Amino acid sequence: MVIVRKLYGGREVAKMDKKKKRLYIRGALLLVMAAAIVFALTSNKEKKTLAVGDHAPNFELTDMDGKKVKLSDYEGQGVFLNFWGTWCPPCKKEMPYIEKHFKEFTDKGVQVLSVNIGESEFKVDTFIEQYGLTFPVMIDKNKSVSRNSYNVVPLPTTMLIDKNGVIQQIITREMSESEIVSLMESVQPE
Amino acid sequence: MSKIKCQCGHENPFGTVLCEKCGRPLTEEAKDSSMVDMRYEGSARRSQTYKKSIIDKIWNFFSSVKIGVSIIIAVLSTSALGTILPQKFYVPVNGNDPNAYLDYYERLYGTFGKIYYHLGLYDMYNSWWFKILIGMLGTSIIIASLDRVIPLYKSLKKQRTKRHPSFMKRQRIYGEEPVVNPDESLVNAEKALKDMHYNVKTEDGAILAEKNRFGRWGPYVNHTGLIIFLLGVLMRGLPGFYVDETMWIREGETREIPGAPGYLLENVAFTVETYDKESADAVFGEALDKNGAIVSNFQSDVKLYKEKENSLPGSEDVEFIKEYPIVVNKPLKFDGYSIFQMDYKTGELSKMKFALLNKETQKSLGEFTVDLNEPAKKYDLGSGSSIQLMEYYADYDGIVDGEPVSKSPVPNNPAFIFNMITPEHPEGEKSFVAIQQTLEVEPNDYEVKFQSVESRNASGLTIRKDKTLYILLLGGIVFMIGVIQGSYWQHRRIWIQKGEGSEMMVAAHTNKNWYSLKKDIDKVKETAALPAYTDKQDKDTAADTMEGETV
Repeated sequence: MVIVRKLYGGREVAKMDKKKKRLYIRGALLLVMAAAIVFALTSNKEKKTLAVGDHAPNFELTDMDGKKVKLSDYEGQGVFLNFWGTWCPPCKKEMPYIEKHFKEFTDKGVQVLSVNIGESEFKVDTFIEQYGLTFPVMIDKNKSVSRNSYNVVPLPTTMLIDKNGVIQQIITREMSESEIVSLMESVQPE
Repeated sequence: MSKIKCQCGHENPFGTVLCEKCGRPLTEEAKDSSMVDMRYEGSARRSQTYKKSIIDKIWNFFSSVKIGVSIIIAVLSTSALGTILPQKFYVPVNGNDPNAYLDYYERLYGTFGKIYYHLGLYDMYNSWWFKILIGMLGTSIIIASLDRVIPLYKSLKKQRTKRHPSFMKRQRIYGEEPVVNPDESLVNAEKALKDMHYNVKTEDGAILAEKNRFGRWGPYVNHTGLIIFLLGVLMRGLPGFYVDETMWIREGETREIPGAPGYLLENVAFTVETYDKESADAVFGEALDKNGAIVSNFQSDVKLYKEKENSLPGSEDVEFIKEYPIVVNKPLKFDGYSIFQMDYKTGELSKMKFALLNKETQKSLGEFTVDLNEPAKKYDLGSGSSIQLMEYYADYDGIVDGEPVSKSPVPNNPAFIFNMITPEHPEGEKSFVAIQQTLEVEPNDYEVKFQSVESRNASGLTIRKDKTLYILLLGGIVFMIGVIQGSYWQHRRIWIQKGEGSEMMVAAHTNKNWYSLKKDIDKVKETAALPAYTDKQDKDTAADTMEGETV
């Protein structure tokens, strides 16, 4: 190095090195600051809501027959996941349509899972009886699935989960019969 | 970039005001003035050296104190804007519905509130532009400091003892005069300065006495503290470092704790206690009479559970951790979290007691209690009588399409359809019972009569976790050390030199507290013959002379 510097005029080479070093240091520091700002902008403290394309969080709830139901049990099948409450009028309206098509789609590999948001067994039982529901209904007693994992706010909320466990659609309103059918078809495995 | 060559032969970087070696003024401005700006020792700010690449240009931008001050003003004024109306965090709106927020601001503050909302000022401290502004402030602090502290450190470190007379002459405190014995003066001055705890260096008939250079680093230590503080705030964005959530939980409920995944909290009971005259000190008796009940304690008795490892949300596979009474300022603590008692609600209906009566004789066949949150299907009253609960509406809201409806799952206005089974009516008689209302399809022989009600409370709790607290504390301490360092230690320098023949020069500089510096020189003059000096900025001496002349 020393010889090379002498040959090409040592001071000039040293100056170039110094200049380059300075440029790298400045560039690195500015980059760190820019990264800090980007981090501050992207790190969001607000509770995150699930979106289409997210992996559906797994859960384990007990259905009205005392059977434990895990979302992961239905891997390889489509899942029609419906959150509801007995006091919610649109929930009541769509229930008969879901019931009507549930059997047909179970054979085609689409499972209906219906999660009630923390109501009493009495209310849910009477509701099932009144509407003659035969698909699995689970009560989310601690609201840990609906409020924390899935952060469901409006009712009804329906999520369509494909055979890989990815959320394909989120519907946060009442669905018509034809809509329900086409939604179920949309997550039907090949 | 060209170097500036001084008469003494030293090559100075571009932007230098005073020669790094001998102290000769290099710029025309410095040459023309009678006093030089000694800030940063007349050294070149690093950013002035190169103005080439885009990186250097950005660097120069942030190096400017003018830009730094502008950013500070921008941060201050926008922060002030955010305090005009309450921020989103403090607005009592459920869920995260933007329209609900807009409604709130419009309802309470009219058009101004609407504008405030639309400008995004309602959640200003989380807005992208405010964060960028703070980021720019941090960048400015770091770059502007680096650009000044490094040249200052270098020039103070390699400063020469002997300076050129043109440097001496341009100091604020300067004097030159012939003295009887310059060499003796130098020896005596050296001793006197050493006695005053100056660091004294000598070189070829020149003395440099220096004290408390340490004080010059104060502002930079202070800025380091600020950067540590900002870093702490930034780290709040890392998952698991900072949690500030609230939760409402009714007595008897078990809920997952927001912000603390895997933990569940059960509210066993919430109680409010008040002082009573018997137990309180006699001196408080009058105050209690005057004010009525004064609360002595708000308490939530809770049980903490943790989901077992690998268990899924919703599963009831939990382990009990501990039981704890949360009172104000005595939070439940676990795993870095603290749960504080913040608020409460009372009087939500929880249980209703009824009696089954024979309408005619008003004879009771028995009583039963309905748990409004977990009603049973059947209540057996014995001796062949029972009550079947056919339907229950927690928040009864009239009849829609021939069917009673409930508008929420909260028991604000409970209504029931009972089937009363009695020995006379084994099939039962149906009755619709709501508060102050009973409906019957056909006249019944029996009725369900409301007896009493139990209510339950709800606790409002705040969940906090802050791993950045100690970083913020460290930042604050470093900040204060810098302030103290810069305030209580003044960097003083005294130059004494022999000139032509028996001439002597004395010059001095300090970054603050010139009065004490002059006192130090005066003290030296007591034992060493030194020239008289003048303070070029001392308005008092000038004023004194004026007064002296008039008197």
